[in-house]
Amino acid sequence: MPNGPVAAPQETVERALALTRPGGECVVIADEASTANLRWAGNTLTTNGVAATRTLTVIAIDRRAGGPGASDSACVGIVSRSGVRPDQVEDVVREAEKTAEQASPAEDVNELVSADSTVRSEKLSWSDSPEATDFGVFRGFAAELGETLRAAEGVGRKLYGFAEHGVTSTFLGTSTGVRLRYDQPEGRLELNAKSPDMTRSAWAGAATRDFTDVDVTAVDRDLAERLSWQARRVELPAGRYETLLPPTAVADLMIYLYWAAGARDAGEGRTVFAKPGGGTLVGERLAALPVDLYSDPAYPGLECPPFVIAHASGRDSSVFDNGLPSGRASWISSGVLSALHSSRYSAAVTGLPATQAVDNLIMSAGAPGGAASLGSMIASTKRGLLLTCLWYIREVDPQTLLLTGLTRDGVYLVEDGEVTGTVNNFRFNESPVGMLSRLADVGATEPTLPREWGDYFNRAAMPPLRVEGFNMSSVSQASLPAVAVTSV
Amino acid sequence: MDDHTGQIDPEFAGLPLRELADAALDQARALGAQHADFRAERIRGQRIALSDGRLQSLSDGDDSGLAVRVVVDGTWGFASAVDLTADAARTAARQAVEVARVAAAMNTERIELAPEPAHGDVAWVSAYEVDPFAVSPKDKADLLAEWSAGLLAHDVVSHTEASLYQVKENKFYTDGGTTALQQRVRLHPELTAVAVTESGFDDMRTLAPPAGRGWEYLTGTGWDFPTELAELPFLLEAKLKAPSVEAGRYDLVIDPSNLWLTIHESIGHATELDRALGYEAAYAGTSFATPDKLGSLQYGSDVMNVTGDRTAEHGLATAGYDDEGVAGQSWHLIRDGVLVGYQLDRRMAQLKNFGRSNGCSFADSPGHMPLQRMANVSLEASPGGLNTAELIAGVDNGIYILGDKSWSIDMQRYNFQFTGQRFFRIRNGRLDGQLKDVAYQATTTEFWNSMEAVGGPQTYVLGGAFNCGKGQPGQVAPVSHGTPAALFRQVRVLNTAEEGQ
Repeated sequence: MPNGPVAAPQETVERALALTRPGGECVVIADEASTANLRWAGNTLTTNGVAATRTLTVIAIDRRAGGPGASDSACVGIVSRSGVRPDQVEDVVREAEKTAEQASPAEDVNELVSADSTVRSEKLSWSDSPEATDFGVFRGFAAELGETLRAAEGVGRKLYGFAEHGVTSTFLGTSTGVRLRYDQPEGRLELNAKSPDMTRSAWAGAATRDFTDVDVTAVDRDLAERLSWQARRVELPAGRYETLLPPTAVADLMIYLYWAAGARDAGEGRTVFAKPGGGTLVGERLAALPVDLYSDPAYPGLECPPFVIAHASGRDSSVFDNGLPSGRASWISSGVLSALHSSRYSAAVTGLPATQAVDNLIMSAGAPGGAASLGSMIASTKRGLLLTCLWYIREVDPQTLLLTGLTRDGVYLVEDGEVTGTVNNFRFNESPVGMLSRLADVGATEPTLPREWGDYFNRAAMPPLRVEGFNMSSVSQASLPAVAVTSV
Repeated sequence: MDDHTGQIDPEFAGLPLRELADAALDQARALGAQHADFRAERIRGQRIALSDGRLQSLSDGDDSGLAVRVVVDGTWGFASAVDLTADAARTAARQAVEVARVAAAMNTERIELAPEPAHGDVAWVSAYEVDPFAVSPKDKADLLAEWSAGLLAHDVVSHTEASLYQVKENKFYTDGGTTALQQRVRLHPELTAVAVTESGFDDMRTLAPPAGRGWEYLTGTGWDFPTELAELPFLLEAKLKAPSVEAGRYDLVIDPSNLWLTIHESIGHATELDRALGYEAAYAGTSFATPDKLGSLQYGSDVMNVTGDRTAEHGLATAGYDDEGVAGQSWHLIRDGVLVGYQLDRRMAQLKNFGRSNGCSFADSPGHMPLQRMANVSLEASPGGLNTAELIAGVDNGIYILGDKSWSIDMQRYNFQFTGQRFFRIRNGRLDGQLKDVAYQATTTEFWNSMEAVGGPQTYVLGGAFNCGKGQPGQVAPVSHGTPAALFRQVRVLNTAEEGQ
């Protein structure tokens, strides 16, 4: 019977490091995560739950593969296991070491980060207990949501949505003396309002760190107004339209651009950021307006780890970089591509400065102070489309970073500064890189929840954008009245 | 290396699973739960990734935990824990009941479950020969490195990516009437050759699908990797020189390596009853194939017959019992082109009076509540039907499409767009070189009604994916889709280079 005490994550990290074989090197990451969620559909609860996980990752580094004294060769074994008890820590360490012995040399070999070259935790010390969440985080919210669902039912509006809160405490230790921890809270509300016949639909989302700032009644009120905009329907054909993208849609497009902005693939000539014939587009102008795109672990409300946490190596991440500081990084400055994200290894092979990826993304107009609200951008529109959000975004062509996807939950026609009706949904084919060259207006930056990528990346602050000639490739029949739907 | 013996791993079977279950279920019932079920799981995963033949990452994951799901006064409650102890099981049961009581304030629809016969104590192991976790990581990485080196030996290949993801999933389920102990193994190998030229870049990937098989899949059983890898550089070289497609309408012969994904998106998700009823409306979306159209919607042409099943050998969604103790079954979703069925779990089956669930409840981990998830949804081959060359022979002006790449479909499963790995021009019934920049775009019913012929069993392949996403919190599920090659008339084809200008 595997019945035994559970150790604090700090103790687990120390124990694993102490068990490392003599002369061996090791990185240990202990993650303690807790989540709570609520889901509803058609004005009633559907699923819910709480979960807690505890995962130990041991990264064993065996430099013996390259011979005595060799520092340019090492084999790496990584083992992650959940629910590890104190008496099982040694098993994980030995398994990782065994895996390392069997592995071929790692391509990204480097020295581990030293304790004196990393950051210091500012708020919580290494020895503080991990933070956690539970269903209690919803007590106030759940009561308000219950009232909102009943009120919606009373007026014939159907509400669908999801609320989730989680906290992950990460403890990172290395055999070179690094001891770092970070507590990451994150949460979100998504609310979708529909007419009873499901032909009208509106959506809003909000990212939150603790649910104290979530006003579901106000969100519902805004959605009710959006549904009222949909009383008049206008059928428009596929084509290129002047389009107002709200912050959530901008976030989904810019996050994909960010994911594609790795140094290594660009340096090898196989992304949109590669320069034909060799080199990268760093230093080249991408945007027609002087926009900035950057990441900053200290951005208020979007705080995230200021150091590297790498459970495995990838194209532009390296387990050898664990603990390395990752501060503010500017990807596009005044419309010019200024950096690509990299590990120390991928930076070295591409000849670019090492710039660590950060887990948030901010876009802003280059000139502060003058940015308009989405409302005033609508008011200054002669004729164009206003989107709610984008959905099912997938890469079509990496050479141009052409993406496809759908509009969803409200496409509005703006004429002479006013919303005059709702339009059918479209499939778009657009590149977030190509789109930057057609920017006509950049609004005020605000925190937003990316509709498509919020499951993986929910710390974003974006402006609304006005884009010339946004490519709506075809009409989507989704959410059209039944009589307009093609069926055989 | 130990060959598979058809037995549940003793490391999992030897855990005190029944004691944990008894602790949880007794606690839940004592606290007032009218229904309670218990799962314990262990999921092992190993990812190996090589770049240009050099090891980029080798990592092992090993997740265990338990889960308790209850219905209290008509409301769901769910909780999970990572510690496999009786105390943790009781705590999870108590939390699940507490969650149900808090959630009751928002619930207006009483949860009731369709009845399922009690199957007693049962065990089930998927069909594989060699446990991939019994093969040394070095042997696996060496094989991928050897294959990468073979590709890199060609001048046209600038870079290679090679990866292998392996999973062994152990589940223990009990609701008191059925106690199921199961083990599934699956793996997904992929190799990509990349060409970088003065004017740009392009790539091509292997067509080998992920499979519910063991290590034997990479050593000659179920797929011929050496032959495919030998052809890959030459195919990539030809693609680099290929003309860009002229946008327009073409007849398409679609290979199973591409059509499986179109089936997945436009039929698989569209025939999930929870979606059709709106339970996924805020996230994945709904479906045009609503229950009022059951028995009347002409989904496709009369050569279209589609089944859902949990029984196909080597299928990724194949299981003896689902996460509600429902035995694996096979049934028609579409017969002679008409919508005749849905995928169901016990809640959905009861809600719409289908009588019995067809076994589509699945949770991707002990930390998640089971959702209605996709069965293997497959297009039936035509007995005595044509082979691929014969299908191509029936086309004057068309494109033969192989391999999946980009996919996207709207939230009611109408409008979709797919690309592929390889596109061959068809002129007067014969292949006439490759094309590039091809995407096909259509509406689901228009597309399937344009299907003139399905190939014979000799063209049938089980495609699939490890990463079918659904639900909030998001869950992933493995699923297979069997299909023959098929012929479609006058489908809209886009030029993706023009779309991006």
